[in-house]
Amino acid sequence: MMDAGRHPKVELLTDSEVEEISGFVGNFRARIRRKARYVDEKACTSCGECAKVCPVVVPDEYQQGLSSRRAIYLPFPQAVPSSYALNMSDCLGVRPIACGKCVEVCDKKCIDLDMEDRFLDIEIGTIVVATGLDVYDPRAQDEYGYTRFENVITSMEFERLICAGGPTGGHLIRPSDRKTPKRIGFVQCVGSRAPARAAPYCSNVCCMNTVKDTLLISEHDPDAVSHVFYTDMRAFGKGFEDLYRRSREAGVRYVRGLPGHVKQDPKTGDVRVTVENTLTGDLERYEVDLLVLSVGLVPKKNGGNKVKELLALSSTSDGFLLEAHPKLKPVDAPTRGVYFAGCVEAPKDVKDSVTQASAAAARAGALLAAGRVKIEAITAEIEREGCNFCGRCARVCPYHAITESDKKRGLYPVVIQAACAGCGTCAAECPNDTITMRHFTDLQLLGQVDAILEEKPMEKVVAFACNWCSYAGGDTCGTSRLQYPPSVRLIRTMCSGRVDEDFVWHAFEKGAPLVLVSGCHFSDCHYISAVTWTQQRVEKIWIQMEKLGMRPERLQLDWISAAEGQKFARVMRQMDELLKQITPEEVEQSKKAVAEFLRQKREKLEKRKAKAAEGAGALAAAALEKS
Amino acid sequence: MVQKLPRIGVFVCDCGLNIAGVVDTAEVSRYAATLPGVVAVIRNRYTCADPGQNEIKKAIAEHNLDRVVIASCTPKIHEPTFRKCVAEGGLNPYLMEMANIREHCSWVHQADRAGATEKAKDLVRSSVARATCLQPQDEAIFPVTGAALVIGGGVAGIQAALDLGDLGHKVYLVEKEPTIGGIMAALDKTYPTMDCSI
Repeated sequence: MMDAGRHPKVELLTDSEVEEISGFVGNFRARIRRKARYVDEKACTSCGECAKVCPVVVPDEYQQGLSSRRAIYLPFPQAVPSSYALNMSDCLGVRPIACGKCVEVCDKKCIDLDMEDRFLDIEIGTIVVATGLDVYDPRAQDEYGYTRFENVITSMEFERLICAGGPTGGHLIRPSDRKTPKRIGFVQCVGSRAPARAAPYCSNVCCMNTVKDTLLISEHDPDAVSHVFYTDMRAFGKGFEDLYRRSREAGVRYVRGLPGHVKQDPKTGDVRVTVENTLTGDLERYEVDLLVLSVGLVPKKNGGNKVKELLALSSTSDGFLLEAHPKLKPVDAPTRGVYFAGCVEAPKDVKDSVTQASAAAARAGALLAAGRVKIEAITAEIEREGCNFCGRCARVCPYHAITESDKKRGLYPVVIQAACAGCGTCAAECPNDTITMRHFTDLQLLGQVDAILEEKPMEKVVAFACNWCSYAGGDTCGTSRLQYPPSVRLIRTMCSGRVDEDFVWHAFEKGAPLVLVSGCHFSDCHYISAVTWTQQRVEKIWIQMEKLGMRPERLQLDWISAAEGQKFARVMRQMDELLKQITPEEVEQSKKAVAEFLRQKREKLEKRKAKAAEGAGALAAAALEKS
Repeated sequence: MVQKLPRIGVFVCDCGLNIAGVVDTAEVSRYAATLPGVVAVIRNRYTCADPGQNEIKKAIAEHNLDRVVIASCTPKIHEPTFRKCVAEGGLNPYLMEMANIREHCSWVHQADRAGATEKAKDLVRSSVARATCLQPQDEAIFPVTGAALVIGGGVAGIQAALDLGDLGHKVYLVEKEPTIGGIMAALDKTYPTMDCSI
């Protein structure tokens, strides 16, 4: 910690949050909100005079609420930066005016109650996401009585009670009567491995944390007896089994089974624990002075991880962030140039967090050391011929990568290649078909549709899947070996926003019984908001399908994330069911109707294009005259 | 638009038994040879391995290929591998197309060998159709801004920032609380060595 504060290359920005992120690999821009600390952190000497006179007393978060702090406070003695901070909402409380006593006593004059939030705009080549996780709140598992019984505490509270820097100076006491507990119980898997009630996964750290805690207890008080109520003890890491053995040799009793009933005696404060020992099958009763709930680890709650939204990152079903590949790219985010470190990717202990952080730094460092980056040649190009300056492309571009057009001045829209991310929305939305999406052209994609429908079209579903989510969801489904019927044929586009209305109509004209358009969930869209255009376009097609006497069910729209292998399989099974309900007669009928509709559409397009050419001719003539 | 008939090489991968255990890759190869524009079909046990990649490079020269279709796994794993491979063979990397007959076929239709084989043939036909229309592309090269942003000042963020700093890069370490340290700082001792957390 201290090193990070002193490192000449590391600029430490505490009290800060990332507000905006834009750009692409190697060339990101970020806006950081530097929240007002109300104390000049460079001038503050941590003398503590301010806190002595502060009249506001609030629970101390660092001490898990077991002691109190003032509104102006040092988070903990070793805090970096070593500077007091003023929490303004604590300071003002219900009164609208600060008392100002801290300002009066501060010799260094480093407190400024009028300090305001500032913004810092930075340019960076790479981003490491290390936003961590939350600790499970055990109130949901009411049978353990946390908050109902004073002597039932969490493992985080235990950490503070046994710590020399804690509220009791490291003397373990129990909350009800401040006596030193002689009999301590630990309940494992609180919030973990409970699919119906809490997290379905193992939180990775709780077994070994409890083993460590029992050893700390026997160190503090050799006469104390610890009981650990567990599901399975997992001591899989280097040095773990040795620690577990030491704990058992120190007399710690491990009881296999989680308590079914916990009750605190109102008179003595002792906690009675009833547990079915799953090794003997007996119902056993224990009386302990203090019961510690070994709480699990959970992903940051919705909205708690703003960075996830800013970078359009996806989560796996457990809520932790999805990596580019679970084995081959475990610290890479699916977005190039973004890496994961620590518990944001999955629960892990200090050693694993540090290991992964070094791996992320190596990956990010390799990119920075290369000094240059190649960007896939998947960008849009606008041809002047046929463009009638409607400006739709510039309006729908999520990246503002297309310049505004101006008919009067003869300014055609232009794609800024460096800003174009390649979603293809502009190409799909251009009414005059004058935009070419490199490497995902109309010709290439329609060629795939034709090839799929060449033989036995009635047995197939034509499905468009976006590269980042739905196609990747199909991959997840495959690696998980989740089975579904082989009727669906996927066509990959970078974004579902690329799926032109004409692709869908073309498929119907060629006799496709069923078409699926699938993309990312709105919050996961890798092209900011491109997916909203997908939805609008599909809705428009549905209305037209009804006009043509087609059942709108024949065009399906679904959002499948890269992590949703099970959903992918389910959707594929649904498609297979739907396919069976479509008759050859209905397909034949719609083929004709669609062909006629497309003929008229093409006619209109030709007229528009001819008109645009006329306009362009006039413009050129005018320009010639001017010159 | 395509000016002349392309010369496409199709490389069908067994992936050991991952694909060949379900999909009849010999049948897929026979079928691929009948597709318009396909002038060479080569079946490989592991196309991504060096011998498999060498076959591709060799075939590009031998058959004067101008398009390559690889029927194997998801492009999300090996597209960079095969782009590099065809580039080494003298082709523009964007003239390579993959048909995903593993994740989207053999692994998900394990009980329906005939259905999976039919689907694999379709996926190859679709890829060949797309390959026919592929155009060479030039990748843009951008400079990299020599600085890193680390979001979160817990133990992982601190370590990542220090390592990046030690590598000589400018690092911004952003933490929303008034101090770095995160959850780790609230722990007393840490296992397995029982030393202090801070």
